[in-house]
Amino acid sequence: MSAIKILKPDPEVLRKRHKIIKRLAELLPEPCLIDDERELKPFETDAFTAYRRVPLAVVLPETTQQVADVLKYCASEGVPVVARGAGTSLAGGAIPQEDAVVLGVSKLNRILDVDFENRVAMVQAGVTNLNISNHVAPEDFFYAPDPSSQLACTIAGNIGMNSGGAHCLKYGVTTNNLLGVKVVLMDGSIVDVGGDALDASGYDFLGLLCGSEGQLGIITEAKVRILRKAESARPVLFGFNDGKVAGACVSDIIGSGIIPVAIEYMDREAIHICEEFAHAGYPLDVEALLIVEVEGSEDEMSEMLEAIIKIAKKHKVVVIRESQSAMEAASIWKGRKSAFGATGRVADYICMDGTVPLSKLDYVLEKTGDIIEHYGLRCANVFHAGDGNMHPLILHNCNDEEESHKAHLAGDDILKLCVDVGGCLTGEHGVGIEKRDLMLHQFEQKDLDQQMAVRMVFDPDWLLNPSKVFPLDARGTYYK
Amino acid sequence: MTPLIPVSEEEAAIMALEAMKAKTPLRITGGETKLSIGQLVETELSLSTKKLKGITLYEPSEMVLSARAGTTLEDVEEALSKHNQMLPFEPLDYAHLLGTEGKPTLGAVAAGNISGPRRILAGAARDSLIGVRFINGKGELIKNGGRVMKNVTGLDLVKLQAGAWGTLGLLTQVTFKLLPRPEKNITLMLEGLEDETAIKALCRAAGTPFEASGLVHLPKGLGHDKARTLIRLEGFSKQASYRFDEMAKVLSTFGRAVKVDGYEQDVIWQDVIGLRLLAEPRDKAIWRLSVRPTSGPNTIDVIKQALDCTYYYDWSGGLIWLSTNEEGDGGEETIRNAVAAADGHATLIRGSRQLRNRISVFQPQEGALQRLSLGIKRSFDPVSIFNPGLMVKEG
Repeated sequence: MSAIKILKPDPEVLRKRHKIIKRLAELLPEPCLIDDERELKPFETDAFTAYRRVPLAVVLPETTQQVADVLKYCASEGVPVVARGAGTSLAGGAIPQEDAVVLGVSKLNRILDVDFENRVAMVQAGVTNLNISNHVAPEDFFYAPDPSSQLACTIAGNIGMNSGGAHCLKYGVTTNNLLGVKVVLMDGSIVDVGGDALDASGYDFLGLLCGSEGQLGIITEAKVRILRKAESARPVLFGFNDGKVAGACVSDIIGSGIIPVAIEYMDREAIHICEEFAHAGYPLDVEALLIVEVEGSEDEMSEMLEAIIKIAKKHKVVVIRESQSAMEAASIWKGRKSAFGATGRVADYICMDGTVPLSKLDYVLEKTGDIIEHYGLRCANVFHAGDGNMHPLILHNCNDEEESHKAHLAGDDILKLCVDVGGCLTGEHGVGIEKRDLMLHQFEQKDLDQQMAVRMVFDPDWLLNPSKVFPLDARGTYYK
Repeated sequence: MTPLIPVSEEEAAIMALEAMKAKTPLRITGGETKLSIGQLVETELSLSTKKLKGITLYEPSEMVLSARAGTTLEDVEEALSKHNQMLPFEPLDYAHLLGTEGKPTLGAVAAGNISGPRRILAGAARDSLIGVRFINGKGELIKNGGRVMKNVTGLDLVKLQAGAWGTLGLLTQVTFKLLPRPEKNITLMLEGLEDETAIKALCRAAGTPFEASGLVHLPKGLGHDKARTLIRLEGFSKQASYRFDEMAKVLSTFGRAVKVDGYEQDVIWQDVIGLRLLAEPRDKAIWRLSVRPTSGPNTIDVIKQALDCTYYYDWSGGLIWLSTNEEGDGGEETIRNAVAAADGHATLIRGSRQLRNRISVFQPQEGALQRLSLGIKRSFDPVSIFNPGLMVKEG
């Protein structure tokens, strides 16, 4: 399989390893430094497991000042630093390199303050996504972005990748729900961006940091918007005998002026995999399933559902099943949110994340099928249809080199297709290393040059997560 | 200023390249309604988007619209209304406040991140802006973002351009996501509340599930002899009425809920969107303060002790429009100290040339943040041809 290149370690840094570790030990309390080879192993990769590099050391700072001390020192020694949240990146965003220090935020795990009147939660960056929602749930509030990995993934990682989730059709992604951050730059300076106000002054650094994949700085604290929960919510299952028709139905629902909280799509393969895992009561004899969630009062939900059902009937829906209880609703979502994990039980997979214009959804679904067939593979489609964010899971056996190779080729073809119809390579997982070498399919060199010029303002020596996002051979004079 | 008026992106790029080579600064203009916002920029040449016009993509079923930067907001809104759609953030119109006669353009809405009362529910202009094309200070046409709502492919330069007031390049095309226009709006009004109580009521309203799409408090004397606290509710017809009733229950301890709809409602919100309430007298300076919403009234108390001023609140107390006397620093020192205590910032929106010459229009930055701002400006515009000094002190 054509390997994705990770930057070669700097021999000078490797030679200084003992000195570096000694100094890091002076800067940090004892349990915050890992340098034993066995203990470093769990940090060699993330959820993009095909690639692994054991890092030089791992640091797990407990304070922003410690983060600043580590970065300042690493900058002085020319040591790369790779930020790590919970290591759930599907794009290889947290995969280190042999000469890098991994900076994990797992010990920065406290919720610092919740201000319900102003609807703001101030948290340390290692707090998990779901923890915020759980923490404010007694007051009927929640934090809106809800990636499938929300049980494990951290706010730091969510900001790094500008994570979305099923419910961002209505509530937006991380960048739309973030009010402020404390960020440490590679030179050790600590900068507060934004705050409790609805907007920040000056250039929108908050927007720039969101989705910057750990290349501009290390986030140690965040202020996030919390919202009051809807009165109630009801997911409804719509089954179709044709996947393409289900895709067209999504486009019609949105076009009619109704915005449900979520519209999720699953194809036959995904339905069977998820049902077996979660026993959510999904219909097994359909080709495609939409989970459409509406929220509000009983009357509001009924009115919206009535309109949606009318549209679905036009598209020859064959099954309509409303959840009758909170438990049933929870199991419908459990099935959907465990799709990646459940798929991992039946086969190895790579997960694509391209986004396409809604009007091209049915076309892309059909073409995706053709591509998969061309390579003789299987694929489970499970994704956020309401915003066109597709997640074909390409199934393969990673011990079979030829099949793995084909799976990656098919993935590349699908992502290029997404770009060609007016979409993009990644909607919410990030570029990481996984999609890095496809960047020139979406951008011209000058577009990337402008992005790299911005990157250089924050990290002129390319020490922060340097192997990611920008194709190695497109860096030209921008790289060191 | 002599205007350069490119008719295409290519021509604009050539003009920028020439300007870079000659180190000739350019003032970017569009509808010429907001030229007086920012530090004074003295240039001999301007670069206008007035011939970069037209909607290039409008897919109602995708709720997305792209237009060339010089397209007027009026044209965009007309096209959207045919499909019962709208820009989610209800952009303000500065023309009346600033005493200008042109028509605002969509490019300027993006460049100024100009958001109205609906921002409290649907986010700011920057939240809906999903794609840009711009000419940087090297004369290169750059694209970033796109036409899909979820996109994390590379660095988000779209956000940087939103609110950069043209200092990071000439926007040539912008893409916004849209929303369906609500079938019905009803405004719930509480009368006679003191600021602090009013903001408590508005924050309470924001913390309900009833999705208020406008949360404004107009103190006594501002167009009315009683203070008016306004909560706009929306939705399908039945839904809007239901939300009104539920909101009235939640806010019952704050007073009797008065229903405002029809023409009267339109007038109130048009005054807010058109920034008409503080426009007169014309010789006053106008400030825009962005603060932690619950700290709004205290911020005003501090300012009122030192300055003669009038004001009102939008965004549930988080946005304060303030009118002060022009003399001296136009209240700058007092205002900056007051907003600092409320985790906020302040921008002078209307002021004479003399005042804008004397004081800092935008919130001054220090230390690392200032270094970053300067670095960002140079990374887009190395010899500073676009709106030099409008936002960031460069000397």
